[in-house]
Parts: sequence; C-alpha cells; structure tokens
Amino acid sequence: MRNTLTGSRIRERRQIAGLRQAELARQVGISASYLNLIEHNRRRIGGKLLVDIANALSVEPSLLSQGIEATLISALREAAADAVGQKAEVDALEEFAGRFPGWAGVLAQMHRRVVSLERTVETLSDRLTHDPHLAASMHEVLSTAAAIRSTAAILADTQEIEPEWRDRFHRNLHQDAERLADSSKSLVAYLDDSETADDRRGVPSEDVEAFFQANDHHFPQIEAGGTGADVDLSPLESAAARTVAKAYLENYAADARAMPLGEVQKVLAEAEPDPLALAARFSVDIATVLRRLAALPEGYLGRPTGLVICDASGSILFTKSVPGFAMPRFGEACPYWPIFQALNRPLVPIRKRVVQLGRTTAEFDCYAYSWPQTVSGYDDAPVYHSVMLVRAVEEGGQDTQSVTRVGPSCRVCPNEACTSRREPSILSEGF
Amino acid sequence: MSRKVLLIEDEPNIAEAIRFLLTREGWHVETHAEGLDAIQVIQGANPDLVILDVMLPGKSGMEILRDLRELEGMQDLPVLMLTARGQSRDREMAENAGVSRFMTKPFSNAEVLTAVRDLHAQATRS
Repeated sequence: MRNTLTGSRIRERRQIAGLRQAELARQVGISASYLNLIEHNRRRIGGKLLVDIANALSVEPSLLSQGIEATLISALREAAADAVGQKAEVDALEEFAGRFPGWAGVLAQMHRRVVSLERTVETLSDRLTHDPHLAASMHEVLSTAAAIRSTAAILADTQEIEPEWRDRFHRNLHQDAERLADSSKSLVAYLDDSETADDRRGVPSEDVEAFFQANDHHFPQIEAGGTGADVDLSPLESAAARTVAKAYLENYAADARAMPLGEVQKVLAEAEPDPLALAARFSVDIATVLRRLAALPEGYLGRPTGLVICDASGSILFTKSVPGFAMPRFGEACPYWPIFQALNRPLVPIRKRVVQLGRTTAEFDCYAYSWPQTVSGYDDAPVYHSVMLVRAVEEGGQDTQSVTRVGPSCRVCPNEACTSRREPSILSEGF
Repeated sequence: MSRKVLLIEDEPNIAEAIRFLLTREGWHVETHAEGLDAIQVIQGANPDLVILDVMLPGKSGMEILRDLRELEGMQDLPVLMLTARGQSRDREMAENAGVSRFMTKPFSNAEVLTAVRDLHAQATRS
C-alpha cells in the first residue's frame, strides 16, 4: 500500500522543484503520460527508474519510496477517531497523507496539541476542584453543620434527656454556631481574596485600588487646590497602573473643585447627606456627588461608605470596599445590584436599600446613577458608566424602608431559585 | 455483651452526638480522634463496626481504610465512612478502598442510625 504512494511523493517533489511533468519525464527517459500514471499511483515504480527520478529531483530515493511515517498515520487515525460530528475518510488516510504531507502534518500536530491541552485542562480542573484551602474551609463548614444538625436533632427529638447531656448539647450547639459563622465568613473571604491576591497581582486596576486604599481614598494635596500631578505615584510599579491612577486622580481633582471640602463639610453639618440635594446645592451631576461622598475623609459621613464604578459592559472599573458588602470583580457581581439597574435607566438616580444574601443581615443604602461618557463625534452613541455609593445603614435605625435582597456573586450566593443565576453556587454544588 | 462501635472522628461535637445516639441504641461507643495510630486502635479495640471520618489529623480515612483491608481478618469489618466531600470520585475512591457504607456531611441522625443498624445486621447474617 505504501509503495503506491511513491507516485504522490514524486509529484510533490517535482512541484517543489518547479519542474513540469514533461521536463522530468524527458530527463529520466520516459514519456510524460507514463510519468503521469506513476504520479497518480497507477503504475508501480522501483529500481533504476526510481533512482533516476530521485537524482533528477535531487533527493534520496528512499525519500520517495519510504512510506509515510507510522506516527503520522497513527496521529491522523486518532484525529479521525476523536472527531465529533465529522466523519473522516479513513480508508483514504494514507493517500491523503501521501498527497498532502504538509497538511497531514499540520492536522496531526493540531490533534496532538488538542490532546495535550485537554490534559492540561483536566489537570487544572482537578487542581481547582481540589484546592486545598477551599477543601479545608468547606470541610470545616460542613463538619460544623453536621455537628449542629445532629445535636439540634437530638435536642428536638429526644423525649427524655438527662440534664447534663442537655446542657452539654446546648453548649456544643452554641460553640458550633459560632464556629459556623466564623468559618462561613472565612470561606467567603477566601473566595473573595482568591480573586484579589496572587492571581491578580500586577493588574493595573488592582494596583490602583490598593494605592487608593492605602491613601484612605482621600488626597489632601488635591483638596488643598492641587491636581492629580501633585500626588506621588511612585508606589505604583507599572506604567499602566500609573496611567489609570492619573485618570482617576484627575477625576478626583475635578470633583474636589466642584465640591470643595470645606463647603461640603458645612452642608453635611446641617443635614444628612442626600445626593440629590447636594447635586442641586453644588450644581453638579449626581455621579460627581456620589464619587465625592466616597472620597471624603473618614468620619464626615458617620457611617462606612463604599463605591463601585462600572462601564456599560458591566465590568467593574473601580471599587472602594465597605465592610459587610462583598464586591467581587470581573463581571461576577450580582446583576440585581442597583449599579447595573442604573445602566438600564441612564440619568435616573436610583436609591435602594439592600441586604446581601449569604452574609450578615447588615443593610446598605445604595445610590446609583448612570451617565454618558464623552462622544468622539457626531451621531456616535454614548457609552455609559454607572456609579454606586454603598452606605451602611445605622443598626437599630428607626426608618423602615423596604429592603431588596441581592447577592454577592453567583458563586457564593445561596439563592438557588434566582432566575438570573449564571452558575451554580459552590455552597450547594459538589460539596 | 454489648456491641462495640469505634468512632474515629476528630470533631468532638460530632463524636459526642453520635456517641449519645448509639449509646441509646445499646452500643458501647469508643472514640478516637487521630489518624496516625488509627489502625493500632482498631486492632486493639476489636470493634463490631467502625465509623471513620475521612479528614483526620495525621492520616486520612481513605489511607486508614486501605491499610485496614490489607490486614488479616479485617476484610469484612463494617466501616461506615463520613466525609464532607460527596463527589462521585470520592465515593468511588472509598469503594475501591473497601468501604461498607459512605455518608456525606451534614448527615441526619436517622441516616447514621439506619446505616449502623443495616451494617451490623449484614455482618451478623454473614
């Protein structure tokens, strides 16, 4: 079978050499039509004629006569077997490899690469599902849950229980409830941190946020009338991070000029901060107010305040964290956050009181507003950004607003019935 | 003579709850919280049934079970394995190691009692 491909290899080599069929035939003393039959594998060839043709083509005779390497054929067979929804002509495999050795090689190489990548994916997937930190945290949570379930059932179901056993179980229940609360918090913190630590080191936006965090999101140089250029950006190692930081600081400076600190302080001393009233008082848009409020020194607003800014794709561009309100990154946040709803209603200020599922019962007042970015030309549709101020609600406060339940991110959200769920929660899947 | 169960579990409150439940069922319950010397403890206690946690300090429940099954006379000892991981591959691993029954946390008391009763009944029949 392999010898029958010698003709294909002669044809390929002739074409590589740039010889016409008639020229090669003349050089080796045969007719062009006979060479044509040979090249189409319709005549067997060997002996002196093969040597002559090889000489004419300046190649070793064995290169023309030897079969396609078994590994190539084998790789092609595997590729054909692994193909999904596509049936290859396996009976013509050697002919294909003989006539198009380059393409056959590419196909075989691609198949080997796919197999190798599949193995890598399997390995990584295995590592992810057996993340030792995650496994340890989940084990802690589930073991504590098992202890609580078992103990609580004993207390509930046992008709007569000796006082010492009852006291002991009550004590255990209390201990385990505390442990469960702590380990659940640790687990969520780990999941949040796993997105913020090593994996994301060097990401400009992360470096910038860390820089803002280190400065408590407040820059006295700018408040004193300076510009973004007055802020020392040397702690930021990458040029990309410095570029991103400069842009934010210029926004900060513009916001500070529009709402000077001293005047803001006076207004806040008179009344609770209401973004709409502040926008009217300083003749600025709501987005400026929300950003400005998040940049005030600690104590000005009385309660912890965070900030989230996203673009029209839902990608979170900037965050200022606030305790008790998880802010995952990279488009993984809950779509019910008011910041995303504001994108559907540009220029309409939104206020919602929310509580995050699966965390504490702490409530937050969220003010969200979406505004268009500068367009680059006539008839260009504006791209919107959205900002959300997240303000912790005073515990034990008297106002009784309705509260919207939102999640942190699907991965750690316990609301199984959510119609907007993107992926199963790991809190219920696989563990 | 009462039936004896050896409970190898490092979570003291789980161990306490199971001990309470099984004691009321007439079992004599011994507990142990370490993985490293678990084999020696099993051999020394000579229990009718072992309840074995997977994640133990020193040595995992899977390793303990594998080593146990290689010991003479330990092939048929009923072992109920408790784990926080219930994925099919973990179940398969436990079955390959020779587990008698596999139970994922958090389990109910009724599940534990039923499993212990079933395993003991099977062992006494055979």
